[in-house]
Amino acid sequence: MAVRFSLVAQAVVVVLAIVAIAVIPSVLELFAMMQLTLFAAMAVLALSLAFIWGFGGILSFGQTAFFGLGGYAYAISAVNFQDSTPSILLAIIIPALFAAILGYFIFFGRISDVYLGVITLTVTLILFNCVNSTSGDEYRIGKALLGGFNGMPAVPTFNVPFYPDQALSPEQSWWVTGGVLLGVFLLLRLLLSLPAGRIVVAVRENEVRASLLGYDPRKVKLLAFILSGAIAGLAGALYVNWGAFVGPTIFSLSLSAEIIIWITVGGLGTLLGPIVGCVLIEYIVAYIGSQQALNSNLVLGAVLIVFVLLLPKGLVPTARDLVMRLVHAPKAKKQLADEQVPSSAAASHMAGAE
Amino acid sequence: MAIYLIVALDVLNGISSLFLLCLGLAIIFGMMKIINLAHGEFIMLGAYATVISANAGVNIWIAMLIVAPLFVGLVGLVIERCLIRFLYGRLVDSMLATWGLSLLIIGIITTIYGNTQQGVPTPLGGFSIGSYQSSYYTLFLAGMAIGMMVLVYGVMRYTRLGLIARATMQNPAMAATLGVNPTRVYMSTFVVGAAVTGLAGGLVAPVSGITPGMGGAYVAKAFMTVVGGGAAMLSGTMSAASLFGAVNQVGAYFTTPVYGEVLVFTTAIVLIRLLPQGISGRFFKGNL
Repeated sequence: MAVRFSLVAQAVVVVLAIVAIAVIPSVLELFAMMQLTLFAAMAVLALSLAFIWGFGGILSFGQTAFFGLGGYAYAISAVNFQDSTPSILLAIIIPALFAAILGYFIFFGRISDVYLGVITLTVTLILFNCVNSTSGDEYRIGKALLGGFNGMPAVPTFNVPFYPDQALSPEQSWWVTGGVLLGVFLLLRLLLSLPAGRIVVAVRENEVRASLLGYDPRKVKLLAFILSGAIAGLAGALYVNWGAFVGPTIFSLSLSAEIIIWITVGGLGTLLGPIVGCVLIEYIVAYIGSQQALNSNLVLGAVLIVFVLLLPKGLVPTARDLVMRLVHAPKAKKQLADEQVPSSAAASHMAGAE
Repeated sequence: MAIYLIVALDVLNGISSLFLLCLGLAIIFGMMKIINLAHGEFIMLGAYATVISANAGVNIWIAMLIVAPLFVGLVGLVIERCLIRFLYGRLVDSMLATWGLSLLIIGIITTIYGNTQQGVPTPLGGFSIGSYQSSYYTLFLAGMAIGMMVLVYGVMRYTRLGLIARATMQNPAMAATLGVNPTRVYMSTFVVGAAVTGLAGGLVAPVSGITPGMGGAYVAKAFMTVVGGGAAMLSGTMSAASLFGAVNQVGAYFTTPVYGEVLVFTTAIVLIRLLPQGISGRFFKGNL
């Protein structure tokens, strides 16, 4: 019964989300909708790290490497082809290839923990330094001038597939971005409920045990890493489409840090949490930016410290626990005799089916 | 001939400043397995303490060598009591919280002093080799690096304090049974690490532009050097700093400063791939 109920509930939520994405342009002002488009693109980026960190146990300090590569891949090919259709594909394929090479290097070298953090961090710095120093006419790929520190302005935005002269309106851009966010969310949700996703979680829980059961943790981690890189690259393309601009700050450490903050605030080990955290934090940052009283670094730093110390589980898991306690409180006495039921329910939540 | 001497001086400068900048982080990481991502901001605080006291009329040497480490040591004490002590043994959480801390410190300094660049004139003058110029301050930095190395080695190896610190590092439970208070040891280690970092900040203040965001330039390099060096506090950091400092300066000499940096980062990645436990995990096992 409980399973069927939760399936129905999830279907209802998905339908609600689709309706919300569809009607937002007619409800909100253009500015608010543009802002939401940015948040949705960033939320896709948040999902990419939420997947490998929360479910694969791989904390990458350089998720922006893939985000930036995706952004640049999109921008360069969009300038060259003047058509976004192949560019979006390239923005997924190139970061995925890069993740495959880097991941092979990391996981087959059995590098973990802090060392993995150092490598992903330095890769991001390398990309930032290289791209930053590409100013001048000699740095061009086809028709696209890389522009170094100044970045690439006036990048063509998305168009109707295979019709380069029909650029998408802001409303259509929102539908695409919001739709991609929902699509990526559902894809990851589906993956995590399949055996493949369970194996990823199993490797996070206990690598030795997973390998004794016949799975190769290196391969599992590598595949998860590639998927996450591809998603981050797609987020990069969405981001460039939003601003029609890409610059080297897309690789910056502060953005890498922000992704980690979104996930910590929203809740590690969930998929909904990072989206909530991302929208919340980005909204706060945008709000602070519009007035002069407080420095955004100050607020972000304070928020991160407070969450790590006082609310380490994050918003979504804490809220879920509260709701669960309220729902189950009346039944708890009856089930005291039969402890099996609540503990197995809790276990299925811990396995990370969110 | 003169050009080789100048490059050699640059290499020496690169190594000694990298070593000074990393030592505080290495002390904290080596003793407590905590990565302090606010390390760059400790450097920044040291630099600000130096600049502000020097501009207020304090002698530049006193500002660098006494005010900066004292101030940052005090800040370290407050931070350890309020934040870090809840995070021992939680590597990832400590990284997240100190990252938050670094943003917080940047925010506070920006609010107080604004996002503008400050500076103090470089003391000691210059000298020339052939047609090239160099400054005595470079030699002073190298001397300070050697001095700090000898000091840390001496304290850790020959004093009772160092013995207690090493014992706690090896086995906190056993040390506690023998009457050492690990909380106290951790606290003082963090304060010492912070003070050493503050000193480094004071020392680089005359040769760098001082802005609230300056720490970002150091933290990644320091993080990389300490992890690349491995668990041994002195030998690991020294060998990694020598490698990276030399690669950086030689690379910058043959190409551009930007590609010098890129070369260092690439070296770091290859190093960690080849020696996943850091340099001292392989070559200086059991050393300080």
